[in-house]
Amino acid sequence: MKKILNNKTTRTNLLTYLVVIVAFAVMQAMNSAGMLGSSMKGFLVPICVYISLAVSLNLLVGICGELSLGHAGFMGIGAFSGVIIAALLKDVVANDFLRLLLAMVCGGVFAGVVGFLIGVPVLRLRGDYLAIVTLAFGEIMKNIIGNLYAGTDSEGFHMAISTSKMKLAAGGKYIVSGPLGATGIQKLATFTMGFLLVLFTLFIVQNLINSKEGRAIRAVRDNRIAAESVGINVTAFRMKAFVVSAFLAGMAGALFGLNYSSVTASKFNFNTSINILVFVVLGGMGNILGSVISATVLYVLPEAMRGLQDYRMILYAIVLILVMLFTWSPKVKEFMSVIADKVSGVFKKKEAGTNE
Amino acid sequence: MQILQYLINGISIGSVYAIIALGYTMVYGIAKMLNFAHGDIIMVGAYISFCVTSYLGLPAWVSVVAAVAVCTVLGIVIEGLAYKPLRGTPSLAVLITAIGVSYFLQNAAQLIWSSSPKNFTSVVTMKPISLAGGKIVVTGEVLLTVAACILVMVGLTLFTSKTRTGKAMRAVSEDRDAAQLMGINVNQTISTTFAIGSALAAVAGVLLCSTVPTLQPTTGSMPGIRAFTAAVFGGIGSIPGAMLGGILLGIIETFSKAYLSTQFSDAIVFSVLIVILLVKPAGLLGKQIQEKV
Amino acid sequence: MNEYSKKIVKVPTVNLFREQDKDKQPVLDVRNLGIDFGGLTAVDGFNITVGPTEISGLIGPNGAGKTTIFNLLTGVYQPTRGSVLINGVDIKGMPTHKVNRLGIARTFQNIRLFTDMTALDNVKVGMHHDIKCSFLGSLLHLPSYYKAEKKANEKAMELLDFMGLADVADVKAGSLPYGVQRRLEIVRALATDPSIILLDEPAAGMNPSETTELMHQIRRIRDTFHIAIFLIEHDMNLVMNVCEAIAVVNYGRLIAKGTPEEIRANPAVIEAYLGKEEGSADAEN
Repeated sequence: MKKILNNKTTRTNLLTYLVVIVAFAVMQAMNSAGMLGSSMKGFLVPICVYISLAVSLNLLVGICGELSLGHAGFMGIGAFSGVIIAALLKDVVANDFLRLLLAMVCGGVFAGVVGFLIGVPVLRLRGDYLAIVTLAFGEIMKNIIGNLYAGTDSEGFHMAISTSKMKLAAGGKYIVSGPLGATGIQKLATFTMGFLLVLFTLFIVQNLINSKEGRAIRAVRDNRIAAESVGINVTAFRMKAFVVSAFLAGMAGALFGLNYSSVTASKFNFNTSINILVFVVLGGMGNILGSVISATVLYVLPEAMRGLQDYRMILYAIVLILVMLFTWSPKVKEFMSVIADKVSGVFKKKEAGTNE
Repeated sequence: MQILQYLINGISIGSVYAIIALGYTMVYGIAKMLNFAHGDIIMVGAYISFCVTSYLGLPAWVSVVAAVAVCTVLGIVIEGLAYKPLRGTPSLAVLITAIGVSYFLQNAAQLIWSSSPKNFTSVVTMKPISLAGGKIVVTGEVLLTVAACILVMVGLTLFTSKTRTGKAMRAVSEDRDAAQLMGINVNQTISTTFAIGSALAAVAGVLLCSTVPTLQPTTGSMPGIRAFTAAVFGGIGSIPGAMLGGILLGIIETFSKAYLSTQFSDAIVFSVLIVILLVKPAGLLGKQIQEKV
Repeated sequence: MNEYSKKIVKVPTVNLFREQDKDKQPVLDVRNLGIDFGGLTAVDGFNITVGPTEISGLIGPNGAGKTTIFNLLTGVYQPTRGSVLINGVDIKGMPTHKVNRLGIARTFQNIRLFTDMTALDNVKVGMHHDIKCSFLGSLLHLPSYYKAEKKANEKAMELLDFMGLADVADVKAGSLPYGVQRRLEIVRALATDPSIILLDEPAAGMNPSETTELMHQIRRIRDTFHIAIFLIEHDMNLVMNVCEAIAVVNYGRLIAKGTPEEIRANPAVIEAYLGKEEGSADAEN
């Protein structure tokens, strides 16, 4: 009995990996055959980034059952620390791939540390209050990053959060300049790295879910009081999930930042957090493969509708509302099942007719 | 003297937040949902007012009435089409739908009025009053906003405590099932709440754009988020809490811009929010509910 | 506080320890425990000691404060007065999860299982601290993870089997029948390796044959794991047959303590509880 269950979980996990690997192979093949348009090529890395963000947020929202509205904040921390590290290591690490990897790890570590520091006071809150505090945190991060100055000169590395305190010697070079963001970024990001990031994110999140920590986290979501009564330290596990999620979001953010020649803090705003949340909810809470698919589809959808120009975002909004109504509303579901019955009834009649 | 001026400005912007926050808090209290589209109703209200005065050339008070009327209907329609079918489903599902509605409103506004900012003419024609030899200036907008805020507050308090519908609203927010068993029409009560919240949003929209005259499809989102935090700040679900939270938020924002840092005013406001929630997890005037074991 | 407080019958402060428990430290030692909610005194002056392998019962009419006492013993509520010592350690100020680690586990009156998880996973959550695997091991699924999980599975299956639940190991807890859920809660409590378990109305919702089975299982738990059991129950048949010591509460106060025979003969208890309630609908619950 137990074996079967284990196999079932393992099978779902393997299916997720398989889908990602096949999708990567197909895209690579199409790319080398020159079948991808330039805009589609430009999507590859962001899609990977958003898949990772959705999967890591699903760990919080779907598995822990805690609504976070500040995921873009961690993404932003990862992006800017990644960009800075990559710029600093330019002459130290020659290999682009390795430099990108280091930048991503650093982005992840920074985001994870900030996640921990925020988590200590904040994770005592629950539900809507935690949601509002994560929102507040996201805005604070955006605000601080938007005023961050960093650069190098002959004396080395300088960083400050206001123009007046930032003094670079002559010949110095800004990496990040306040509201203008980071400019002159060397585009290190590659689709292969995006693919590896997705695999790594899936590996970590799925492993975590199927470990004793994952069980504890799910137990807390199911019944907090019962979990406490069997010795589960609720806050500690929420913290672990929070930090892991922040770490993964930071890595994804670093890859995102290094995919463009310039990036500003305003990119990591509330709307981005919400978009990631939409990916998670539409893909199914706690459903990892669902997050992967919905992040891909929903990222491509508005772009694919570009031909509709001004109407595309409004259509996206309508699609979003309709999908929610169709997946959740009991009345709409009932209506649909009646329709389905009628349709199948018609087919059955036809079948009966042909049999005669 | 300068400090008094900042205080007046803070109370003024805080009053706008308070009126918006009331909409959030009432809907949350009764439907237990975060209506993220609330901020965009503000924007719609402001556009309607703008159109009535600029295109039709009608007087300001007509534009306010029109904005309130349109937003009230809009609120009821949105509730009926998008939120009502989802009653009883997980709150996240409703939240995402609300986000969808928010996108819809913003993009519809962009289609109708384009994304280029409109210059909103203030509905107030009164000349600013100078006090203390010109050191303190009280504009007509400030007076109108604060007056509107007090009026709304008193009106709502009377409404919820004296009228049948108001009492029904309180009952539904306390215990929806029990209210239903007592013969209260819950659906209609929620609908009414949305209508009132949206009407308030229209008023807030006109007041907001009279003070800050740039009007574009995203005008409502940031004040919306601010007001939402104000509602939580004061204790979400509580009407005096929303008032207090809104005004305090406005004062904190103005003071931090004036004395601490202009760039970091957002960070300061939100940090204060976090600190308040850590000290008083249910907000300033919210009720702490203990879970039954 | 009320008329019953005057009628308390003096019994020894230390309960009737079983022969093997003599001279041993009590696993649960409650002194003068009390809690007020607002102005209302829910529990007051509650004393009890439970020996290391004793089965004792807590009875009283509905609303007497029995579950409140359990919540005080497990750290869900912080007492207003008095102290709770588990294996000699005062639980004052400790959060529930730490109190559990001192050796006290419980079940709930309104069953609180992890409904979305399988029965096996429910038990494995209980075994959390017994599973030796680092966080990194969990994240990366290192060999230590597989080793620890294998061991945990075996032990969890053993525990389930002990309560006759091996067949439903892979069924989601929420879809199990009521009586099975009650037993699963006991297994989950046992999985935390406690020295005392608190059972809050373990027979509620069970039919007579299930209740008889439960009585055997309760004794078997004590004899196999050598732990103490403290239970709240309305089924007098179960209480009188299984418990070696019984405490009776009413209006949040202890009105009697003693062996089943003493309790049966106690006039205060008869008046407060048995005389009016026995054999009525309450006992059938």
